[in-house]
Amino acid sequence: MLLLLLLAGHLIVGVALLAGGRTLERFAHQVAIAPLAALLVAVLSRWPSTDADVVTASVRWVPGLDLLVDVRLDGFAALMLLLVTGVGIAVLAYAPSYFGRSSEGRRVAGLLVLFAGAMAGLVLADHLAWLYVCWELTSVLSFLLIGGQQRTAGQRAAALQALLVTAAGGLTMLAGFIMLAQAAGTWSLTEILAAPPSGTSVGVALGLVLVGAVTKSAQYPFHFWLPGAMVAPTPISTYLHAATMVKAGIYLVARLAPSFASVGIWRPAVITIGLVTMVGAALRALRQHDLKLLLAFGTVSQLGFLFVLAGAGYADTTKALTVLLVAHGLFKGALFLVVGIVDHETGTRDLRSIPALGAGWTGVRITALVSAASMAGIPPVLGFVAKESAYDAFAQRGGIDLLVLAGLVAGSVLTFAYSARFAGPFLRRAGAPRGEHVPAPSFWLPAAALAAITAAAGVGVGPVLDPVVRAGANALDPDVGEPHLSLWHGVNLALVLSVVTLALGTVLALGRGPIERFQSALAQGVEGERSFSRAVQGLNVGARKLTGLLQPGSLPVYVAIILVVVVAVPNVSLLLDGRGPRWDRFSEVAAHPFLAAVLVVTAVGAAVMPRRFGAVLMLGAVGYAMALTFAVQGGTDLALTQFAVETLSIVVFMLVIRQLPRDFRPQPFRAATVLRLAVAGVVAAGTFSLAMATSNGSDDRTVAEEIIASAEPEGGGSNVVNVILVDVRALDTLGEVVVLSVAAVGVVALARVGRRPRAREEVGR
Amino acid sequence: MRPSLILTVALRFIATSALVFGLYLLVAGHNQPGGGFVGGLVAGAAVVLTFVAGDLDAVRRLLPLRPWSVLGGGLVVVSAAAIAPIVLGGDVLGQDFAEVSLPVAGTVKLTSSIVFDTGVFLVVVGLVLMTFEALGEPLPPDQADPWGDDR
Repeated sequence: MLLLLLLAGHLIVGVALLAGGRTLERFAHQVAIAPLAALLVAVLSRWPSTDADVVTASVRWVPGLDLLVDVRLDGFAALMLLLVTGVGIAVLAYAPSYFGRSSEGRRVAGLLVLFAGAMAGLVLADHLAWLYVCWELTSVLSFLLIGGQQRTAGQRAAALQALLVTAAGGLTMLAGFIMLAQAAGTWSLTEILAAPPSGTSVGVALGLVLVGAVTKSAQYPFHFWLPGAMVAPTPISTYLHAATMVKAGIYLVARLAPSFASVGIWRPAVITIGLVTMVGAALRALRQHDLKLLLAFGTVSQLGFLFVLAGAGYADTTKALTVLLVAHGLFKGALFLVVGIVDHETGTRDLRSIPALGAGWTGVRITALVSAASMAGIPPVLGFVAKESAYDAFAQRGGIDLLVLAGLVAGSVLTFAYSARFAGPFLRRAGAPRGEHVPAPSFWLPAAALAAITAAAGVGVGPVLDPVVRAGANALDPDVGEPHLSLWHGVNLALVLSVVTLALGTVLALGRGPIERFQSALAQGVEGERSFSRAVQGLNVGARKLTGLLQPGSLPVYVAIILVVVVAVPNVSLLLDGRGPRWDRFSEVAAHPFLAAVLVVTAVGAAVMPRRFGAVLMLGAVGYAMALTFAVQGGTDLALTQFAVETLSIVVFMLVIRQLPRDFRPQPFRAATVLRLAVAGVVAAGTFSLAMATSNGSDDRTVAEEIIASAEPEGGGSNVVNVILVDVRALDTLGEVVVLSVAAVGVVALARVGRRPRAREEVGR
Repeated sequence: MRPSLILTVALRFIATSALVFGLYLLVAGHNQPGGGFVGGLVAGAAVVLTFVAGDLDAVRRLLPLRPWSVLGGGLVVVSAAAIAPIVLGGDVLGQDFAEVSLPVAGTVKLTSSIVFDTGVFLVVVGLVLMTFEALGEPLPPDQADPWGDDR
C-alpha cells in the first residue's frame, strides 16, 4: 500500500507544481525531488533479497471489468526504480542551473515528477491494462515535455511526431495485450508469465506487443522520433529520451522474453531488429557534429543492443541486460547532462566549434571522459563489464548465436568510434583560461555523481553491482543464479573480442577523417522519417477525401442515409434469422388498427400541410397517437414521457416557426421527389415491419425476467423501468444527461448566433 | 397582444400543479410510474405554461437561478451521485436503499438513487429553461407578426 501512496505522491506533487504560482518557483525543483527521493528510499529499504521476495498491492478500479491497479515490486522492478528515481533526482538537481528561476522550470519540474510517477507505475504494474495506461501516460507527458511552451513550429512537430509514433505503437500493443489476456484468461502479468498461453493468437499478440516495444524504444524503422525529440531542453532529453522512457520497451520485452522468446518468430525478429538498430544508428552517430544528436543516435544504437539482450531471453543475456541497463542509464544520463552544460555555457553543441575547455572545467571533463569510456566499453569502468557479459552470453552458445555475436562486436566497434568522437572536445587541453563561462559546481555535480557511480561500480563491480544484478536478473529468470560479475574472467573468447573491439575502435577513431568523407559521400539511405511524414500526409489527404465523400452537407441525404440504415440493418438481420414480422400480435389488441390508422393519417397530413403551423399540429398528433400506442401496450412510463415530450416539442416548435414564413415553399414535382417518396415509403414499411417483428418478441426472455426479478431486491424499487434507468444502466443515463446538456448549450449558442448581430459587433469592438 | 386575464390566472394555478406533479413523479418514480426524466418534463410544462401566460421575463422570475446553473447543477448532482459510492467504498454508480421507520409517515423506503434521479430532473428542467432562454425572446418589431392578417 505504501507503494501506491508513493505513486500518488508523485501525482499530487506534480499537479501542485503545475498549478502552483510564482511562490513555488523558487523551490520547484527541491519540492520535485521529494517524492522521487521517498520512492528511492522505500525501494532501497525494501530491497528484494530473493526472487520470491515481492511486495504487492492492489486497488479496485472497475472490478466489474476486472480492471485493477495491481502493483508488484520484484527485483527487476526495483532495479528499474533505481534508475527512474536515481537519474530523476540527478536531473532535478541539475535543472535549476539549466532553467534558472522561471515558470518554464516549474512547469518542467512538475511534468518530470508526473513522468517519474508514470514510469514508476509502469515498471510496478502487474495488470496489463494498468501497464498500458502508464505506458501511454509517459507518451503523453513526453509530448508535453518535448513541446515545451511551444515556441517554435519545429518543437511542436517533433513533439507530435514522437507522440504519434509511440502512441500508435502503444495502441497496437494494447490490442496485443487484450489478445494475450484473452488467451491466458487473466490480465495479471505474473500469472501470464508463470503459465504462458500458446497458439496462433498468442503469436500474433506477441507481434503486436513487440510493435509497441519497438516504437517506444526507438528501434528501426521507428527510431526517427528519438533524434527528433532532441529539440527538448537537455534535462528532459536526459531523463526521458536517454535514461528511462525509451527503456520501457526494453523493460516489457525483458519481462516477456524468458517465457515467450521461443514462441514463433520472437527471438529472430527481436535480435534482427536490435542488431540493425545497433549498427545502423551507430553509423549515423558517427556522422553527427551536434553532440546532442550524436548522443541521440548513440542512444538508439545502445537501445538496439539492449533490445537484443532483452529479447534473446537466455539466462546469460538476461544477466548482461541488467548490467547494461544500469551502465547505460548512468553514462548516458551523465553525458547528456554534460552536453547541456557545454551548450548552456559556451552556446554551442557543435563539436567543431566548441572552444577548448580550460580551468574550471576539470570536473566536467573528467565526468565526460569517464562516462564516454563507459559508453565505449573501456576497462575498468562499468560499460566494459556490461559489454563483456553480453559477449560472454553469446560466445558460450555457439551456432547461429555466433553471428549475433559478430553483429554485437561490429556495433561495439562503432560505439567505440562515436564515443571517441564525442570525447574529442573534452580531451583537448586548454591553455590559459579565457573569457568563457565556467559552470558552477551545482551545475555539474549531479552529472559527476552519476559518473562517480559508473567508475565505482566498474572498479568494485562485484560488491557494488552483484546485489542489484542478482535481484534484477533473477526476478526475470530464476536460472540466472549468482551473477559473479568481475573485471577479469581469465582469457576467453569474450576477452579476446573485447581486445579486438578496442583495437578496431581505435583504428576507426584515428581514421575518422576519411570515414567522415566516405560517409558524407554516401546517400542518406532509406529514412523512416520520410515514410512517416508521407504516411501522415497521406492520412490527412485521405481523411479529407473521405470526409468530402461522406459529408456532402445535404440534409436530405443525411436523413435518408440515417433512416434507411436504421430500418434496413435490423430488418435484414431479423429476416435472415427467420424472425420476420408476425401479425397475430397486431390484431390481438383491438385498438391497434385504429391507432395505426390515426398515425398514418396524421403523418401524411404533416407532410402535405401547406402551412407550417398545421404541419406542427399534425406532428403533435402523431406523437400523441404514438403515446396512446405505448399506453395500450402497458408501457405507462413510456406513454407518460412521450406525452410530456410531445407537448414540449410543440411549444418549442411554435417558438421557432413564429420566426419562419407562414407557408412552406411549394415544391415542384421532380425526379428527386419520387426518390424522397420512395425513401419515405421504405422507411415507413421497414419501421412497421420492425415493430411487428420485435413486439412479437423472442422466445428467450431470460434477460427481461432476470431484470424484473432483481429490480425489487437489488434496485430497491418496484418500477422496473426506473430501476433500469437509475441503476442497471445508470452509466447510459449519465451519458444521456451529458448529451442533453450539450444539446441545450448548442441550442442556445445556435439561437444567439442568428439573433444578435449587434451584440456580436459590440464584442468585436 | 396581451393574454386574457382569466387565462393568465388559471394558468398560474395549473402551472403550480404541474410543478408539484413533476416533483411527485420524481419522488414516486422508483416504485410507481414516473422518474426524474418524466418528472422534469412535467415540471418543464409548468415553465411552458408560465411562458404562455406571461413572457420570457415571467419564466426568468420563476427561479432565482439562471437556466445554465440549473443544468450545470443537475450535471454536478448526477456526477456526484456516480462518484460518491466509490468514496464510500462501493462501485461506481452503485445504489443502496434502506427502510426507515418515521414517527408519522410509517415505514419509508429510502433509495440512494433518488439523488441520481434528482440530477436527471434538474438537467431536464434546465434544458427546458435554456430552450426558452434561447428561443423565447420577443421578436424584433420588424418581424413581430409574420403571419399577418391570418391571426
